[in-house]
Amino acid sequence: MEKRVTFRGWLLPLLLIFPQILISGIFFFYPAGQAIWQSLFIPDPFGLSSQFVGLGNFEFLLSDKYYLSSFLTTAIFSTLVTIVSMVPALFLAVLADRLIKGAGAYRTLLIWPYAVAPAVAGVLWLFMFNTRVGVVAWYLGQLGYDWNHVLNDGEAMGLVVLASAWGRISYNFLFFFAALQAVPKSVIEAAAIDGARFWRRLFTIVLPLLSPTTFFLLVVNIVYAFFETFGVIHTTTAGGPQQATTILVYKVFSDGFIGQDLGSSAAQSVILLVVVGALTVLQFKYVEKRVHY
Amino acid sequence: MGENMNKQAQLDPPPGMVEKRGSRLWLTHLLMIVGILVVFFPIWLAFVASTVTQVEIVRPPMPLWPGDQFLENYKRAIFSGVNVPVATMLFNSLVMALGIAIGKIAISLISAFAIVYFRFPGRTMLFWLIFITLMLPVEVRIVPTYEVVAGFGLLNSYSGLIFPLIASATATFLFRQFFMTIPDELAEAARVDGARPMRFFVDIVVPMSRTNIAALFVIFFIYGWNQYLWPLLITTEPDMNTIVMGIKQMFPSGDDTADWPVIMATSILAMIPPVVIVISMQKLFVRGLVDSEK
Repeated sequence: MEKRVTFRGWLLPLLLIFPQILISGIFFFYPAGQAIWQSLFIPDPFGLSSQFVGLGNFEFLLSDKYYLSSFLTTAIFSTLVTIVSMVPALFLAVLADRLIKGAGAYRTLLIWPYAVAPAVAGVLWLFMFNTRVGVVAWYLGQLGYDWNHVLNDGEAMGLVVLASAWGRISYNFLFFFAALQAVPKSVIEAAAIDGARFWRRLFTIVLPLLSPTTFFLLVVNIVYAFFETFGVIHTTTAGGPQQATTILVYKVFSDGFIGQDLGSSAAQSVILLVVVGALTVLQFKYVEKRVHY
Repeated sequence: MGENMNKQAQLDPPPGMVEKRGSRLWLTHLLMIVGILVVFFPIWLAFVASTVTQVEIVRPPMPLWPGDQFLENYKRAIFSGVNVPVATMLFNSLVMALGIAIGKIAISLISAFAIVYFRFPGRTMLFWLIFITLMLPVEVRIVPTYEVVAGFGLLNSYSGLIFPLIASATATFLFRQFFMTIPDELAEAARVDGARPMRFFVDIVVPMSRTNIAALFVIFFIYGWNQYLWPLLITTEPDMNTIVMGIKQMFPSGDDTADWPVIMATSILAMIPPVVIVISMQKLFVRGLVDSEK
């Protein structure tokens, strides 16, 4: 796409684009370059000099069982967050779509959690499941279930997944609802005339028509789980117990700022850059597809 | 998209042919209400906790209905807080969120204008440079970005909170997309009238973009308000804490009991501005959301 009519001159446009390029340069490209550069060195313990190790940091990471387990943790975490946030959202959207009256009011109520910051969501969920004062933990105790996410790996994972997926239910609901509203009513009517009941129509017609939205949401939610859930982890479990909820982004932070292991943290940043790059490409592939669709 | 939907509406038979009435309808409403209650429960519980005394909370189970300490707890949170009055943190969050939203929109508007309405050396390359920043979230470049900000002496400053988060490929792309749909005749007429490019930008392009600007403002305000990791790293002085990151700082280290009523009042205060914006500008918000993800 190109404009047919343009203005003359080159100084003005360069001035106009300058602020964005300047800020991108200082806060995006220079730091990213630094990350790549630092990933090739190991600084000495006093930070006075550093030794070039080539791909040594990467080799070390890829054979480090803590790093590999963090990869696995991230995979499990993002899969669960995606499922737990998409399935209820789809269910609620299907319900809302069936209602002619009141759908707007329900939507207003359901949007609310989206506006709640992940870190605040973490605090709210921590409060419910707190081992000493948490209401949900207490009622679980009454039922004979001893909830303790401070000690139990699985329960810690459950807590961070719930807290992370919660706000995303709103987000996914909005997209599913919009997509459902756009399904041509004539197709549904035709199937109804042919005698297909609601559930059959849902699974054979409506859900397949939603597949572009579903795919899009899959990618977006995985990106969210990878990169935007730091606040949840930091406020609820701080990566523990041991490393049970240390996802990759949290590990970059804890190795870099708490452990002061700059070379390793930089190498982890570079690996994450590759992951974001791949996910972004995937996202754009989808956009391209939708144009034809 | 909009055009398609209109056509579709004309083709559709009148609503009501597919069963939507009868015994199933109340069940749908019921399920919907149950779903909303479940989704809402964490917020409700936080609100209840912000209206009762500490004693009622630490002796579980805490009540599920609001108490009478509302004013007391919120007054304590806003004017004294734990490390710093919550009023200060609210102000810091406001400055940060407004700075990020306005800054992102301003630099993206002018750079998109340059890319769409001019041909200049390096245009394609600069366009791709902006494009690549899409792939670099703060979380993956925190250590070096922190070093840059510290090098500029911007720790514990509003500039340090705002500038690193301001560059936005998303907004630049959206504006570019939108500018492409502005009829060429307008630019042509402006040129014939001898209007300078900036006149055209201020008098035509910006006013035409106001809906897009408003929609993006909603999205970016929430983005800025809800930042956690970045303020956590660069605001070491409690006076500069933003509210979203400040809540975690209110928890005592070690075995002391947290001041739950004040913490929960702060959580409620932290979510009010973004929630109010989202609810009151719902249409714009949904539009901004759908647009910015495209």
